Amino acid sequence: MANKQDVPVLEVDGLSVSFRMYDDTDNMLAQKNLQVISDLSMHVHAGEVLAVAGSSGSGKSLLASAILGILPENAAVGGAMRYQGQEMTPDSQRRLRGTEIALVPQSVSFLDPLMRVGAQVHGDGRAHIFRRLGLPEETVSCYPFQLSGGMARRVLVSTALITNAQLIIADEPTPGMSLDQALEALRFFRETADDGKAVILITHDIDLAFSFADRIAVFYAGMIVETARAEDFSTGADALRHPYTKALWRALPQNGFEPIAGFQPYAGSMPKGCPFAPRCSFRSPRCEQEIPPIRDLCEGEVRCFYAQPHQGKYA
Amino acid sequence: MILKRFAIYLIRVFSLLFAVSVISFALVSASPVDPVQQYIMGAGPVSGEQRSEIEAYWGVDRPAAERYFSWTSALLHGDFGVSLLYRRPVIEIISERFRNSLALMMCAWVFSGVIGYSLGCVMGMNRDRWQDKIIRKLCYLLGSIPTFWIGLVFLMVFAVVLGWFPVGFSTPIGMRDSEVTIWQRLHHLVLPAFTLSLMSFSNTALHTRQKMIDVMNSEYILFARARGEGRWTLFWRHGLRNTVLPAVTLQFASFAELFGGSVLAENVFSYPGLGSAVAAAGLNSDVPLLLGITLFSTLFVCVGNMTANLLYGIIDPQIREVRQ
Repeated sequence: MANKQDVPVLEVDGLSVSFRMYDDTDNMLAQKNLQVISDLSMHVHAGEVLAVAGSSGSGKSLLASAILGILPENAAVGGAMRYQGQEMTPDSQRRLRGTEIALVPQSVSFLDPLMRVGAQVHGDGRAHIFRRLGLPEETVSCYPFQLSGGMARRVLVSTALITNAQLIIADEPTPGMSLDQALEALRFFRETADDGKAVILITHDIDLAFSFADRIAVFYAGMIVETARAEDFSTGADALRHPYTKALWRALPQNGFEPIAGFQPYAGSMPKGCPFAPRCSFRSPRCEQEIPPIRDLCEGEVRCFYAQPHQGKYA
Repeated sequence: MILKRFAIYLIRVFSLLFAVSVISFALVSASPVDPVQQYIMGAGPVSGEQRSEIEAYWGVDRPAAERYFSWTSALLHGDFGVSLLYRRPVIEIISERFRNSLALMMCAWVFSGVIGYSLGCVMGMNRDRWQDKIIRKLCYLLGSIPTFWIGLVFLMVFAVVLGWFPVGFSTPIGMRDSEVTIWQRLHHLVLPAFTLSLMSFSNTALHTRQKMIDVMNSEYILFARARGEGRWTLFWRHGLRNTVLPAVTLQFASFAELFGGSVLAENVFSYPGLGSAVAAAGLNSDVPLLLGITLFSTLFVCVGNMTANLLYGIIDPQIREVRQ
C-alpha cells in the first residue's frame, strides 16, 4: 500500500500539451493547434506505483515527454508541475532528467545501435545492479542488437536504476513480452516502489496494471477520466466510477469480453463536450455541450456529471 | 572465410573487366574511329598501297573477334599496346597521368568529404533554422551547376582577373620536371581540385543532413535526452557515430563521379591527368590508349566500391559481429 507522505514526489496540475501544425486541408499556411493532453492533474507519492492506462493514441506517451521536458519543439505546454514540492521549469527539468527522474523506454530501439551496452549504462554500482537483474557480466560488451528480448528489457531497467532517481517513469514496458517476462518486469517496478521510489507506469494493459499498481489513472483522448484504486478493479465494474472504465473492465476477457462500439476521438476531431459522450449510453444533452470537470468520488476521481457513489461499498 | 570473400571479390573484378573490355571493344569497332588514319597522320603522306600494307600489318582487315582475342591475350601479358598519339607505351602514359590525376582526385575527394560531411552535420543539427536554409540552397545551387562551367568561372576570376593561381597545367611552363617544387605543384592543383570537389560535396552534405535528421528523430536520441544529455553530447556521442559510416561509404562509392568529373576539370584547366588523356585519346582516335584508360578507370571505380563494401563490414558492429 502507498506510503502516504505530505508532499508527492510529482504533482501535475492542469497540464495541457498541444502541437502547432500546418493545416493542409484548405490553407497550407494556416497554423492550427492540436490539443493532445488537456487539463491533466495527477500526483504520485514515494512508495507508490501509479498506472496511467489508456489505449494507443490517447496521448499517454507524450505525458512522459512532458514531465521530462523533452517534447518536440513545436509543442506548447500549459499548467504546472511540481517535483517534491518545487515548481518545475525548463531549466530544472534539464537538471532533473537522468538524475532525479528516469525514463524506462519501451524497446531496445531506444539504445544507440552502434554503442556497446557498457558505454550506455555507466555509473557506480553497475555490477551490483546487473547481478540483481540477473544480467551476465559480458552484457556490457554486447551491442544492443545482440541482446535477447528479456535481456534488453533488463538493460533498459538498469539505466534507470543506476541513476538512483526518485521517480521512475516506465513507458509501455510490457508489449512484445511473454506473460512471464511482463510479470517479471512489473514485479520489478513494484519492488522499486517498495524501496521508496515513486513509479509511473504508462501502459495499455489495464489487466496487468491493476495487479501491480496502487492507483490507476484512466486516460481517454488526452484526459484522465478516472483515477481508481487498484482494488476497485478487483471489486468489479460497480466499484468503478466512469462509464469508460466500466466498459474497459467489461471488455477484459475474464469479465465477458464485451467490446464497446465506436472509437476514441483523435486530437483535432474532438467533440465539443465530454470526449466519451458519443460512445456513452448515459449521455445527456449537457454531456455534448460541456466537458465535465474532474471531481473526487469515493477515494478516487472521476470526470463525469452522472457518476454515482458505489452503493454497496462506499455508501 | 576472409580468403573466400577475397576470392569472390577477385572473380567479380575480373568478370567486370571482361564485360567492359568486350563492350568497349565492340563500341570502338562499330564507331567511325579510324586508328590507321590517325597513325598515318603522324607519319606523313602515304600512298594507298602503303596504307593497305599498314592495315595488313596491324590486322585491321581481320574479323573483330580475332582482333579482340589478340588484344586481350596481349593485355594478359601486360602489353597494353602503344599510344598512337603520344607514340609511347599505353601503360607508361597511364601510370604517369594517373599520378597527376590521383593527386587531384584525392585532394578533391578529401576536401569534398570533409566539407560535405561538416556542412551536412551543421544542417542536420539545425534543421529548418537559418544555417540549414542557407547551406541547403547553396548545395542545391552547386549540385546543379555543371563542373566545367564553374571551372571556367574560377579560371576567369581567380586566375585571370585576380591572378592568384596559374591558368593551367600541373607545373610552371618552361621548367624542368626535376626543378619543380612541391609548392608549385600544389599551387597548380588548388583550382582544379577545388572545382572537382565542388561537384560532389553537395551530395555528401545533403545525404549527411538527411541522415543526421533521421538520427536526431530516432528513439535512442529521445531516450538520450531523457537521460539528460545536451545538444553537444548528443552530437558527439550519437550523431557522429551514426552518420559517419554512411558518409564514408558514400564517399568511396563516388569514385565513378570523381573520375567523370576529373575529365571535365582537367580539360578546363589543361591539367595533364588521366581525364585530359582520355579526352585527347577519344578526339584523336587513339584506340589503344582509349581502351587502356577505359579498363583502368573500371578498375579504379571498382576498387572504390569494394573499399566501401569492406569498410562497412569492418566499421559497422552489426555486420562485423554477425560475421564472427
